[in-house]
Amino acid sequence: MTVIALRNATKRFPGTGGQPHTAVRDLTFEVAAGEFVAVVGPTGCGKSTTLSLVSGLEPASSGEVEVDGTLVRGIPDGVGYMFQTDAIMPWRSVVDNVAAGPRYRGLSRADARRKAMVWVDRVGLAAFSGYYPYQLSGGMRKRVALAQTLVNEPRILLMDEPFSALDVQTRQLMQDELLRLWQGTGAAVIFVTHDLEEAIALADRVVVMTSSPATIKAIFDVPLARPREVEEIRMTPEFIATYREIWESLRDEVARAREVASRVG
Amino acid sequence: MSAELTAAVALERRGKPLDRRTKLWSVRLIFVVFWLGSWELAATHWIDPFFYSKPSAIWERLVDWFGTGTAFGSVWTQLFITLEEAVLGFVIGAVAGVVLGILLGRARFVAEVAAPFIKAANAVPRIVLASLFIIWFGLGLTSKVATAVVLVFFAVFFNAFQGAREVDRNLVNNARILGASRTQVLTSIVVPSATSWIFASLHAAFGFALIGAVVGEYAGADKGLGLLIANAQGTFDAAGIYAGMIIITVVALLAEWLLTLLENRLLRWRPPVQTSGEQRA
Ligand SMILES: Nc1ncnc2c1ncn2[C@@H]1O[C@H](COP(=O)(O)OP(=O)(O)O)[C@@H](O)[C@H]1O
Ligand SMILES: [Mg+2]
Repeated sequence: MTVIALRNATKRFPGTGGQPHTAVRDLTFEVAAGEFVAVVGPTGCGKSTTLSLVSGLEPASSGEVEVDGTLVRGIPDGVGYMFQTDAIMPWRSVVDNVAAGPRYRGLSRADARRKAMVWVDRVGLAAFSGYYPYQLSGGMRKRVALAQTLVNEPRILLMDEPFSALDVQTRQLMQDELLRLWQGTGAAVIFVTHDLEEAIALADRVVVMTSSPATIKAIFDVPLARPREVEEIRMTPEFIATYREIWESLRDEVARAREVASRVG
Repeated sequence: MSAELTAAVALERRGKPLDRRTKLWSVRLIFVVFWLGSWELAATHWIDPFFYSKPSAIWERLVDWFGTGTAFGSVWTQLFITLEEAVLGFVIGAVAGVVLGILLGRARFVAEVAAPFIKAANAVPRIVLASLFIIWFGLGLTSKVATAVVLVFFAVFFNAFQGAREVDRNLVNNARILGASRTQVLTSIVVPSATSWIFASLHAAFGFALIGAVVGEYAGADKGLGLLIANAQGTFDAAGIYAGMIIITVVALLAEWLLTLLENRLLRWRPPVQTSGEQRA
């Protein structure tokens, strides 16, 4: 069942000197319930913009974005969104940050906290539930954000380079954790990353975007069975073959993005 | 202040912390003794104490006020009256400033419409309003509170306004995704983000409230510290003016200390780098 559908979705921003700047152009793809789609592309190509269209935070300039078969106007029901930059509240403790969603949705303080504690525990922060964000490491803050998003039991999960700021060990740990928590929820996931290995290790399909203005270059299936262990799976021949195939496609875009960057810089 | 802090940090690297504190306070004490001593000496031998007074005379005046009372009754009554005016003015001005500042900070269009009027109102020499308020409200409490409110309001308003505008868009978007309504965004994101800004202004604002109350009394009153000072001026009593100033300074320092306690409690979530508490009225 299709949960997210983009049809020729285009986003223009008012650019410098009156010329509108096209961030993404003619995006067309669908995501089904329980499907994990990764989006890769060079930095600055429009990956975050794509997520903001699906989340309803930004309206599309033309084309259509549908969630659950209805056009997106405002934030659709059941959307969870982990932002690229830290968005947890520095003035709330870990458990109160996670309890924010349930509180907004009308639960009493006690019930919201009880529900939040379950998720704080699941992301391995039970011992830190009373800590303020400034007392946590970057990885721990990402866990808080993950719990804060998942506590609402989203049916649509948007994740914007959630682990890119973490060291390699923590990142693999978080990837495994994400797969464990997501499995069986039936949530449709769009996971943005610029790390192709991460995309293949996690996703059922990988969408490759061109450099700016972004459009879809190709979509690849990832023929790897679930459940997966991300550290193990990287060594398998299927993984390496898939990597090679997608890298062929992505390489040109990365090179082009670099060229533009060096010309501008 | 910052030079002193650097010196303190440098000292900390050496010796024990107790050592450092003792040293710090000894130097301060020596400074005060030297300052008061040279003033006393100069006023006794060279300059005219009639104009400049001297520490011993000021001390006598204070003892006299607190022991036998002032020309207008107990000094405690005067102090209480001034405090009452200042606290009332502070509370009313701060609440109004915070509420209006935050609402206007979030309502872009209204803010743009109001901008020139606010700028103009801020450019008015507000202290002059004290005289007008006495015509409007009489010699009693109301005119002083009104002066204090006007001074406090603008100090707090601009910071609350700025604080509400500088809210991290990411935090607002995140809250909206998590299910927050407009009001919930306001109470759970905007208000807490603006709190640091607001507190920065509250320190200065209590000083303004005291100034408002005292100037109001100075312009016309039948009670209060401002009246004591005005009376001292009328009788060429320099020691009395200094004594009034000292009492007001002590009150302001006490209020500053209370506000810092409250701030540290409310802003527990901030990493303990702590600003040095350097505020100017
Ligand atoms: N709010 C905005 N206003 C103007 N331009 C924007 C805005 N958001 C993104 N852009 C532009 O759109 C392009 C894509 O940005 P983004 O989606 O953040 O890229 P990515 O996430 O792939 O790094 C960039 O050129 C960026 O400058
Ligand atoms: Mg991005």
